[in-house]
Amino acid sequence: MSHDVIVIGAGMAGMAAGVRLAQAGLDVLVLASGQGGIPLAPGVIDVLGYAPQRVGNPIAEMGGFVDLHPDHPYAKVSLADLAAAVDWFKEVTAPLAYSGSLQANQLMPTALGALRPTALVPETMRAGNLAAGGDLLIVGFTGYRDFYPSLVAENLAAASLDGAGSIQARAVEVGIAGDPRALRPQLLARSLEVQAVRASLGRAIRAELAHERAVGVPAVLGLEHSHEVWSDLEDLVGLPVFEIPTLPPSQPGLRLMAVLTRALRRSGGRLQMGTTVAGATASNGRVEAVVVDQASRQMALEAGHFVLASGGIGTGGVAIPPGGQLRESIFGLPLAGAPPDGQPRYADHYFSPQPLDRVGLMVDAHLRPLGPGGAPAYSNLHAAGAALFGATPWREKSGDGISLATGFRAAAVILEGAG
Amino acid sequence: MRAAPLVEFDVRSSLDHCIKCTICESACPVATVTELFPGPKTVGPQAERFRAGAHSPDTSVDYCSGCGVCSRVCPQGVRIAEINSRARAQLKAERGIPLRDQMLARPGVLGRLGRPVAPLFNWAIGNSAMRLLAERTVAIHHLAPSPRVVTRTFSYWMGRRHSPEARRKVIYFHGCSTQYFEPEVGKQVVAILEHNGFQVIAPKQDCCGLPLQSNGIYPAARQYVTRLARQLSVPGTEQLPVIASSTSCGLMLKREGLEILGVDDEHLRDVSRRTYDIFEFLLELHQRGELRTDFQPVPLTIAYHAPCQQQNQEIGKPALDILALVPGLRLVELDRYCCGIAGTYGTKREKYEIAMRVGEPLFADIQDASPDLVACDSETCRWQIAKATGVTSVHPLEVLYRAYGGS
Repeated sequence: MSHDVIVIGAGMAGMAAGVRLAQAGLDVLVLASGQGGIPLAPGVIDVLGYAPQRVGNPIAEMGGFVDLHPDHPYAKVSLADLAAAVDWFKEVTAPLAYSGSLQANQLMPTALGALRPTALVPETMRAGNLAAGGDLLIVGFTGYRDFYPSLVAENLAAASLDGAGSIQARAVEVGIAGDPRALRPQLLARSLEVQAVRASLGRAIRAELAHERAVGVPAVLGLEHSHEVWSDLEDLVGLPVFEIPTLPPSQPGLRLMAVLTRALRRSGGRLQMGTTVAGATASNGRVEAVVVDQASRQMALEAGHFVLASGGIGTGGVAIPPGGQLRESIFGLPLAGAPPDGQPRYADHYFSPQPLDRVGLMVDAHLRPLGPGGAPAYSNLHAAGAALFGATPWREKSGDGISLATGFRAAAVILEGAG
Repeated sequence: MRAAPLVEFDVRSSLDHCIKCTICESACPVATVTELFPGPKTVGPQAERFRAGAHSPDTSVDYCSGCGVCSRVCPQGVRIAEINSRARAQLKAERGIPLRDQMLARPGVLGRLGRPVAPLFNWAIGNSAMRLLAERTVAIHHLAPSPRVVTRTFSYWMGRRHSPEARRKVIYFHGCSTQYFEPEVGKQVVAILEHNGFQVIAPKQDCCGLPLQSNGIYPAARQYVTRLARQLSVPGTEQLPVIASSTSCGLMLKREGLEILGVDDEHLRDVSRRTYDIFEFLLELHQRGELRTDFQPVPLTIAYHAPCQQQNQEIGKPALDILALVPGLRLVELDRYCCGIAGTYGTKREKYEIAMRVGEPLFADIQDASPDLVACDSETCRWQIAKATGVTSVHPLEVLYRAYGGS
């Protein structure tokens, strides 16, 4: 039994490609060695946040950005692809009601009280856009170790909006049901799905309000019923309420992963987690099968097309043998951007530009990874996301947009029959 | 084109790969519902650093249900569930093992003792006064699901019939549950395999030791799994596939005996490589075009739950692939990690409520799907689901058996 497409990786790139292909009626199997990166991230969609100055309008900035970085993954997709991917994402994640556009970044508070320029946010964060300033009450929970409201409030009050307004923020801590020593985000999210628990939280917050116009809380407003928890809390407080990302595990990230997984399944696709792809077989320039590790054997899984969305160094998509040459982990594809042998791989300071920053696969216009000779290594292998050469997502705040756009584009290429 | 791993690492040293991302904590079905379990990362990769040559820092690891979801979702390959299983065994070795756990860990002994007095045994299991007594004396929750023993075991039935000679043969590892509680499952396995042209050999066999392992009783578990590997290594059948219809027991043979218990045994290594889950085996047949598909329509809605130990075999969901071939069947895939029972975990007085909370999302999905039947490969999960939802729960084999015309 052969699948139409096997996608390797269940991060944003893999899920975008997988869901899109399944929706088009293809038989899709998504393989992931573990849970992908989505639940680690805050659940917002960064497209282009810094270039290198803070970006206000990502789509207006993109042309110049790509001219400066001709090997960047964004150079492999058109603006129309990016726009289509974003529209599609909003549609697929309709239960989470993402808002925002490619024309205007929103400035969202982080767990440290910094401002994150991001394109799309779920409804539970919508009121947290501080691009025009705000007067905020930042609420923490007594005993909860993953969120410090005064850290958030003090840093927000000191943040610069480039003259577009100002932020006032005041921190309070309120008590919440449960043993304060055992407050964890997943327990809080679940307990707030009980009406009585959020009613009591709502009353406690209301009692603390002075002149503020909006209320920021840690992002634990439910898991499966976040709309209900959030809108109910807004009613109880009587003001807009928004979530601020916490340390992982991220409930907004888990919600997004759940919605994408459901979309995949409803379209007939399947996600197989805990499956390590150990290698592959190929002939005549085509990948025939990937070889996966099972509990006591290996097995070959065949497909017509393959999407490589296994990520970069952080997620095992790129292997760094001690002293040896960097390589792509599954197909042994050559990597661009690696420092030559003998040259340093790490810079002294964590936040300096790192020699390994942009390591990844070079691809052609159809997102096919190039082999040693510079031609596509396999006609039916496409790569997407953090596996691609040329980006520094954490510095550019571009990771979600790259993954979404290239995952969506890889699916389009397969559907167009270019493979 | 196989890329060799850069560094081979064993269960314990895999903790050095933990990047504290907490994906396991957010996926853990237990940590999500109780404050008593701080989560797999906390009791595993973190607490493990305090355990080398020392006592466990606390006892909360005993609230791990052993479902293994943490290891499956870990993107870094940390053997979290395996580390925690070993930590529990160390804890039990230090603090002693309650009588209750000694009993629950030996379903074969319970079956052997219960079978001759099955009516009495089954009456006691169904009697609320007796169950309250059992809860007070041996701490088995009075509402916990429990099977009924049969008077005629599977091996009794198998011994009195003759599997027709065939060129292709398989060894059948039926497990304790099929032997003492659900012989029908075994009869259906035999019928399906024979229908597909296999001669079925079911050698005398005892418990695989999985319940001992999950109750932290390692020395006995090692003896059990080693004994079973020898029993299944019937002379002259060294190349034959070993087919398991119990998912957790199959996983014990495939990996856990070697990896978690650290058994170093030639027979076990050999059996491990040729053990197949029954649906994994049938799917491979189908992929080679050798599965008979003379199916009759089965006009039912069936909700399928892949149990955690089945998922930990890393074979996908072959039961879904096979049942998709049956005409008339409407299949609903239930996409939840765990039903809560986790073998014997949810039967324990102090863990019953936790197990029921773990299962709530699955039970709710089942109610939403309002199926005619639930299909699930694992016996204890079937008992838990049936008890919690009131929906008849069967091994997916039973559905296939009906499709082949069995009744």
